[in-house]
Amino acid sequence: MNVWQFMLQNHTEILDLTLEHLWLVGISTLLAVVVGIPLGILVSRWPVFDKPVLGGANIIQTIPSLALFGFLLPAPWIGARADRLAILALTLYALLPLIRNTYAGIKGVDRAVIEAGRGMGMTDRQLLWQVELPLASGVIIAGVRVAVVVSVGLATIAAAIGAGGLGEFIFRGLAMVNNAVILAGAIPAAFLALLADFSLGRLERHLSPR
Amino acid sequence: MNTPVDQTPAIEFRNVSYRLENGKELLHRLTLTVRRGETLVLLGRSGSGKTTTLKLINQLLVPSAGELFVDGRSTRDWDVIRLRRFIGYAIQETGLFPHFTVARNIGLVPQIEKWPASRIQQRVEELLQLVGLDPQMAARYPGELSGGQRQRVGVARALAADPPILLMDEPFGALDPLTRAELQQEFRALQQRLRKTVVFVTHDLNEALLLGTRIALMEDGRLFSTHTPEEFLQSDEPLVTAYLEAFGADNHRGKRGQP
Repeated sequence: MNVWQFMLQNHTEILDLTLEHLWLVGISTLLAVVVGIPLGILVSRWPVFDKPVLGGANIIQTIPSLALFGFLLPAPWIGARADRLAILALTLYALLPLIRNTYAGIKGVDRAVIEAGRGMGMTDRQLLWQVELPLASGVIIAGVRVAVVVSVGLATIAAAIGAGGLGEFIFRGLAMVNNAVILAGAIPAAFLALLADFSLGRLERHLSPR
Repeated sequence: MNTPVDQTPAIEFRNVSYRLENGKELLHRLTLTVRRGETLVLLGRSGSGKTTTLKLINQLLVPSAGELFVDGRSTRDWDVIRLRRFIGYAIQETGLFPHFTVARNIGLVPQIEKWPASRIQQRVEELLQLVGLDPQMAARYPGELSGGQRQRVGVARALAADPPILLMDEPFGALDPLTRAELQQEFRALQQRLRKTVVFVTHDLNEALLLGTRIALMEDGRLFSTHTPEEFLQSDEPLVTAYLEAFGADNHRGKRGQP
């Protein structure tokens, strides 16, 4: 049976797993945005934190994904359900590009612009919301884009701990030594990654300073 | 220096020094008074301490020693945000917000001062006219303007909330000579009308002579001398002479050129 026939026959399951995949990626990206952007702002404001925060996020990034799932297994509440575990791991991986790009985006804003704003009597908060974040938004979205694309790929591994997603087909196909089954997971995952990359790329260009 | 007795000076430096964290002194014991309604030009080469002096006034820098008074009150007693909104600030064109339209750039201080929108709009229109810009420019972004237009926007923005004091850091520095001369003339006319207290930083002697009520010559973090433009041209202090020669401004003195 070729891959297209297999996908056609199992289209409902593929759709379910795709939605599950999207959910894992979506929730973890959202969490990473909520945690990572404020951390990036914090690091840009108080340079004391830049070594521990960026260093920490870097270290997480070096942990192999299967090992990270394993490390988190004994954690209370989190370890109790596979999807929680997968979401936490994906969130941790997505943090680095978000923190780093938020930091780099803010630091990249022209000093003269910041100084003009400060000199005219803008408060630190007004500068952040009206000047720094809008001017950094293109770079921050670029960070979200990297995080999402990486997460779509990484989320396939989550199936190894039973968290579902398109990795289910990949692992099943590996066990069955059946390429059609592997591809039924891999093709939609690749498609999701490309779609996310394209749409966030559009947004990034839209937000970049003219 | 003789301060007018009938009123407090707009700005007064008393023995103000500024040092970097590494101990390098950028400004050494500056004592200087800026009178109300005058245009004081800080003239000097790069690194002479002009910009440092300017930034001390709106507290972008804080004195390492000495005391500084704005409107008769020590800057230590001013709320820094209030102080800055009391003082207009214009720098080279790079200081415009690239993601704000011209109207939002000009209306920035009124907006953070929470003026009602209709009043801001009215003020923006007024200012566009004042600095000689077409009202249709309001919707444009700084990136779509010429250097001269951007600079007019910068001046309009500094004037937005009608501050009594204006700080200008080489505002015409990045312009071509022709546009530059145009804006200098217009600014001079504007200043004669508005009578703000202006502190103007430049390294261009001709600009200093044209716009200054007085010229404070700075060198190596010290105030060298203060002169009116007429006195400046008559002075035979070596540093002044060096400037006059460097700018070929000898002809200002009424001397003939080389035979």
